[in-house]
Amino acid sequence: MGKRLGPQTVRLERPVAVTAAAAVAGKMEGEGPLGECFDRIVQDALFGEDSWEKAESHFVREAMERAVQKSGHTMGDMDYVFCGDLLNQCIGTTFGIKDFSIPCFGVFGACSTMGETMSLGAMLIDGGFAEQVLAGASSHFCSAEKQFRFPLPLGIQRPPVSARTVTGAGAAVLSRKGEGPVIREITTGKIVDLGIKDANHMGAAMAPAAAALIAAHLRETNRRPEDYDYIVTGDLGRIGRDLAAELLAKEGFPMDERYTDCGILVYDPQKQDVHAGGSGCACSAVTFAGYFYPKLRRGEIRRMLFVPTGALLSTTSVQQGLTIPGIAHGIVLESGKGAD
Amino acid sequence: MEANERTKQEYAKMVERTSPKSPIGKNCLFAFLSGGAICTLGQMFRHWYFSMGWTEEECGLLVSVTLIGLSAVLTALGIYGRLGKHCGAGTEVPITGFANSVVSPAIEFKKEGMVLGMAAKMFLIAGPVIVYGTLTSMVVGVIYYLLGR
Amino acid sequence: MEYIKAFLVGGAICVVGQILIDKTKLTPARILVLFVCAGCLLGAVGLYPRLIDFAGAGATVPLTGFGANLAKGVMEEIDAAGAVGIWTGGLKSAAGGLTAAILFGFGAALLAEPKEK
Repeated sequence: MGKRLGPQTVRLERPVAVTAAAAVAGKMEGEGPLGECFDRIVQDALFGEDSWEKAESHFVREAMERAVQKSGHTMGDMDYVFCGDLLNQCIGTTFGIKDFSIPCFGVFGACSTMGETMSLGAMLIDGGFAEQVLAGASSHFCSAEKQFRFPLPLGIQRPPVSARTVTGAGAAVLSRKGEGPVIREITTGKIVDLGIKDANHMGAAMAPAAAALIAAHLRETNRRPEDYDYIVTGDLGRIGRDLAAELLAKEGFPMDERYTDCGILVYDPQKQDVHAGGSGCACSAVTFAGYFYPKLRRGEIRRMLFVPTGALLSTTSVQQGLTIPGIAHGIVLESGKGAD
Repeated sequence: MEANERTKQEYAKMVERTSPKSPIGKNCLFAFLSGGAICTLGQMFRHWYFSMGWTEEECGLLVSVTLIGLSAVLTALGIYGRLGKHCGAGTEVPITGFANSVVSPAIEFKKEGMVLGMAAKMFLIAGPVIVYGTLTSMVVGVIYYLLGR
Repeated sequence: MEYIKAFLVGGAICVVGQILIDKTKLTPARILVLFVCAGCLLGAVGLYPRLIDFAGAGATVPLTGFGANLAKGVMEEIDAAGAVGIWTGGLKSAAGGLTAAILFGFGAALLAEPKEK
């Protein structure tokens, strides 16, 4: 039981290095505040393909290839790939990674997928089952709208609590040894359901899961929020971030500006019509890979808690009037010389 | 994790308090202006067709067909969708909105084939309108048949 | 004057829809269903035809007009053909609009590609 700190948190015996990360994002994300952080901005929403779903797979492929290339390895050096997306049966992932022909695990964690793929990959390496693992996640505004909401040409108004699905994919190369920031602890989320049913208001649906995870993490590691340079949730958006902060304050963990959310960072609310912020698997994936990873690498961030968040719904569950349970996965990353 | 009812109710209140409301005044103004404009356009067509010597009945049909065609073109160009973002019910409630709801899925799902995609999904949103409209008309018909004449 | 009446009445009907959207979280499909059914019933009791006399296209162009047209069709058909009209009257009156929507929907799908909003 040496690795388990508590019911939800494990500490890796040997830190796992994140040797490279890559973010490929769409046009709107490129025009946002993080535009310069991304490895590639694809202006064409179809990415040269003929459907939104194929385009999303192209984003996955591009992000993964870039991450592997930046790590100085080849695709053949990867022992496993973990990836997931929002499309039915994860076809965004399947058609993105099928030609890599490396052993793979398809993962579904809704928008928390990046946290899930990185957690599983790091545990696999710490367990001694792999040297290198490729982890990623993707989402696409158009494919998500088509599947979850309405056809794009339909003239509908979005309420101010809604968010915009981020178009793009993020990928990270995890390694038993190598240069780069390291993953120290992993806190795995439980499903939390406070009865939110409004599918437009995902931030509200996910905030309790995020707050529960952060509180559990801090308790099990015996740390305070001040021990982190950043605590970053995945895609709660502005309203969800404030809700999570309020819930955390009630738990005895008051948050200051060190707590932020990828859904807030990725768009400019003044210039871009995004309402509550960004959402989707790619929201946390591209923000981590493009914005936080380089900061960790340069030592500007010494320690951060990265908490991708997911709303566990489907069109069927919403139509049947079920609630929208949330989940969150926490990963502690520290800048460092890497694993040895 | 199952939260108790009180926690859920408290959280619902918290969400209610924190979440911004739709700007209903502004939305209604835009809906009024855009909806009114579309109806005025319809009236202009009606007038025009009438002056060309069509009957009242034919004019009604021609106006509908014209507006549906116009909406289809604007939908195909992606303009109607953008209008809808600002106009809300103003572009949804007129017959042009009905046409938009037929044309949109037809375009969006054509990648899944011309039969199971385009054609099968065409009435994804408008289908219920026809189903319930027809059923209501039957109810009206039965009552009228028994009592009305 | 008739243009002003069409504008005011048509706009007002849309405002009712907007209030429903903002206050009740009804999806667009539900709003449209509600409007057609309401129009059909108001048409049946003779209220909507009076609104049409007053506002012309201001009353016929919103979907409530489509509903009122269904009621009018079914009642006229019953007058002309008896009980058969219950089955045929409604859709008969909607046939033109539906055919136009199908034709233009098909045409638009042939010519246009899905694009990002």
